Amino acid sequence: MPSGVPLAIFLLPFFSFIVISFVIRPFLNSKPKLSGYITIASIGTALILSFWVLAEVSNAPGHVLSMPDYEWLVIGDTVIRLGVTVDALAAIMLIVVTSVSLLVQVYSQGYMRGDPSYSRYFAFMSLFTACMLGLVLADNLLFLYVFWEGVGLCSYLLIGFWFHRPAAARAATKAFLVTRLGDFGFLAAILFLYFKTGTFDIGELQSLALMGAIGGTALTWAAIGVFSGAVGKSAQFPLHTWLPDAMEGPTPVSALIHAATMVAAGVYLVARMFPVFASSVEAVTTVAVIGGFTAIFAATMGLVMNDIKRVLAYSTISQLGYMMLGLGVVGIGVANDAIALEEGLALGVAVGMFHLFNHAFFKALLFLGAGSVNHATGTFDMREMGGLRKVMPWTYASFLAASISIVGIWPLAGFWSKEGILDHAWDHQTALFFLAIITVFLTAFYMFRVVFLTFAGEYRGSKDVDSGAGAHGPSLHESPLVMVAPMGVLAILAVISGWLPVSSFLGGESVSFFGALASPMAWVSMILAAGGILLAYALYSAKWLSVESLRRRFAPLHTLFSRKYWFDELYERVIVVRVLVDGIFALFNWFDTRIVDGIVNGVAGGTVEAGKVIRRVETGQLQAYAIAIFVGVLAIVACFLIFG
Amino acid sequence: MDNVGITASFWVLAVVCVASALAVVFLRDIFRAALFLVLCFFTVAGVFVILSADFLAVAQVLIYVGAIAVLIIFALMLTRGTQQGSPSGRFRFTAFLVGAVFLVTMILVVTGTDWQAITETPTGSTTSALAHALFSEEEGFILPFEIAAALLLAAVIGAIVLIREK
Amino acid sequence: MTVGLEHFLILSAILFSIGLYGALAKRNAVVILMCIEIMLNAVNIAMVAFSRYSHIITGQVFAIFIMVVAAAEVAVGLAIIITIYRSRETVDAEKIDLMKW
Repeated sequence: MPSGVPLAIFLLPFFSFIVISFVIRPFLNSKPKLSGYITIASIGTALILSFWVLAEVSNAPGHVLSMPDYEWLVIGDTVIRLGVTVDALAAIMLIVVTSVSLLVQVYSQGYMRGDPSYSRYFAFMSLFTACMLGLVLADNLLFLYVFWEGVGLCSYLLIGFWFHRPAAARAATKAFLVTRLGDFGFLAAILFLYFKTGTFDIGELQSLALMGAIGGTALTWAAIGVFSGAVGKSAQFPLHTWLPDAMEGPTPVSALIHAATMVAAGVYLVARMFPVFASSVEAVTTVAVIGGFTAIFAATMGLVMNDIKRVLAYSTISQLGYMMLGLGVVGIGVANDAIALEEGLALGVAVGMFHLFNHAFFKALLFLGAGSVNHATGTFDMREMGGLRKVMPWTYASFLAASISIVGIWPLAGFWSKEGILDHAWDHQTALFFLAIITVFLTAFYMFRVVFLTFAGEYRGSKDVDSGAGAHGPSLHESPLVMVAPMGVLAILAVISGWLPVSSFLGGESVSFFGALASPMAWVSMILAAGGILLAYALYSAKWLSVESLRRRFAPLHTLFSRKYWFDELYERVIVVRVLVDGIFALFNWFDTRIVDGIVNGVAGGTVEAGKVIRRVETGQLQAYAIAIFVGVLAIVACFLIFG
Repeated sequence: MDNVGITASFWVLAVVCVASALAVVFLRDIFRAALFLVLCFFTVAGVFVILSADFLAVAQVLIYVGAIAVLIIFALMLTRGTQQGSPSGRFRFTAFLVGAVFLVTMILVVTGTDWQAITETPTGSTTSALAHALFSEEEGFILPFEIAAALLLAAVIGAIVLIREK
Repeated sequence: MTVGLEHFLILSAILFSIGLYGALAKRNAVVILMCIEIMLNAVNIAMVAFSRYSHIITGQVFAIFIMVVAAAEVAVGLAIIITIYRSRETVDAEKIDLMKW
């Protein structure tokens, strides 16, 4: 395989972005559909190339292809190199990113039809895909950070795609700023690692960390810094507040960026830097604790949301917590020497990434389904939906498949990866295991709450529609083929992706198809999941129990959940307004205006005043000047006399 | 020459010189002041004679008295200076101070230095020595001489240009 | 007592100081010019005295050049004074202060 292929995978969507921005939008704006075609063509080609890469990697020894790297920047003795990493992890991520991106772009052609900024949408989508691929392929932290910021930028641009809506603009800014906090920690960690080791290269950093060449505390802090970037990007607690608001963007954006790929970048980063993490017990414990806590924390908030996309957003946060938990507990095992180092490193990556792989497909599908529902009913509020299974059978079927998968029912995809995480949590960190297992119940409940509210029962809404992307008639109907087809493909993937040998490819363990049913853990989680489904059925479909009475009984909990634990208020009103703006920034502002400006203006003013005084010397009187000259002469003479 | 004669003439000339200089500065009537200036120039010519600088003495009379003093009197007439007189300016105290300090300094320096002066009068004619110094080929000041001529030309032209009525 | 170099130098210094005072303290521009001439004459006396008492003729050469320059300077200076008089009707040095702040 020629060495330019991974680079081509990155360059194709980037090229698409350039063409759309500089050729189609200025000159061919009357045919916006071209943007869609170009994007799909480039990403499709990238997908085919990714399969090629995957084939090569699986044939290569150790599942790693060595790629040439180039000197990029030379400053004195410092050389920064630029290259690509092509190993199993990268290959899997390439497949995930390109395939989900392709399906979402196809779907977008239907969802965004008629939107006046159609071309801009596809330009940003291409740019996003390019940056994500660059992030996956980068072999040193500096370029990874560049693309990290690139995906953050595209997220901002796409959340605020309908920027004339103030809510969208605010959400985009919020997303950017909150992830910025995490990115700051990440950048600090990158620079700190460079300072300690003199290299940005990920491979070198990993070997140095494993050898113990980086000191213990330094390594922990660096790992926590890197993790803070992941916390921001993957919307883990405490930087989780931006993701639900990010649902203001178009639904395919939510599907691609905020479900399958960008938020997964945080998990990918931890997986990539896993040897660094695994060398420090504190770091992996932090990862596991935050992951486990976020999983249950987000799930509780997803229970009470009325907006279908918000529920899915919290579900994403929760599932990402699972992935972090998986990475973390295996890391704990490695750090405690419960697992051998070599296999432990690969195992951790495998556990987390396997769930990421599956999650990408079923979560993207859930979002696309929500978009399809919105396309038909014009709303995202589940209280105005219902009975849609009769009108939209394909959407219903694929949504149901994805829901069963996410809940973790054998033999669908979610089961396999969740089991891996739960097993290892039980082995290494039982406290977190209990959090995770409760979350299984909650996940089942909220997912099927959505299913029953949206598709079961009778239609509760008005037939008036003003949809997000294009107006259509007052009758409810299934979405067009261009939207249903990608959902169908994703549904198939949501079912079978667990059967693909991803885990063993990444160096983890593989479980046999029926053998998985032998473990008691599997039955425990499936029973809990079934319980959740049953409860949801009881409340929302068969109405054996009353939702209202339940809500009244648990009113304080309900308020806590639906107000999102008041975290938004804490962040925005207390921290930002009171502490920062009124306090610290006001202080800085005072300092700047009074002292700094005072000094500068003072120097200028002083000079002017001094000038006003000194200029009086210029009397214009000839003889005054002459006197001055002679006094000078006398002074010189005096000097000669005194000093010889 | 006769020592007593020289001494006597020096003192006379010195006193008259200083007195006429004071008169130039302090007389209210400008025209009288100008005339005392002429007297001052004459006494300076006399001092030159005492100092064996004959040529210079004659040149002094020709140039200063003959030309410069006449020019000054012309200027006085043309600017009606005789009507306003010669008042003192506002800097007189400072000027007096400066002048006094300068004088004291100079006297101190002059009396405090060992001059190693040669007291015999120079033998031979100073005029021919002067001519030799100015015009000889090896060690003469020919070039400054020529430049001085050019300077005079420039001054003349400048004065004419300034004075021209448009 | 014989007249020595110091006598001439002190005479020169006195003349110079008187000329200096007059140049700095008088208001009429022509008077200032006259006092400048006094100063130049004082310098000439010093030059020639040095020349006589060291038997080096260069002092007299220098005195000749000083005379040349003095002549030129008086010519141009008086031209300037007359020009100023023509436009301002005054030769009072204190009234000519265009370079004032």
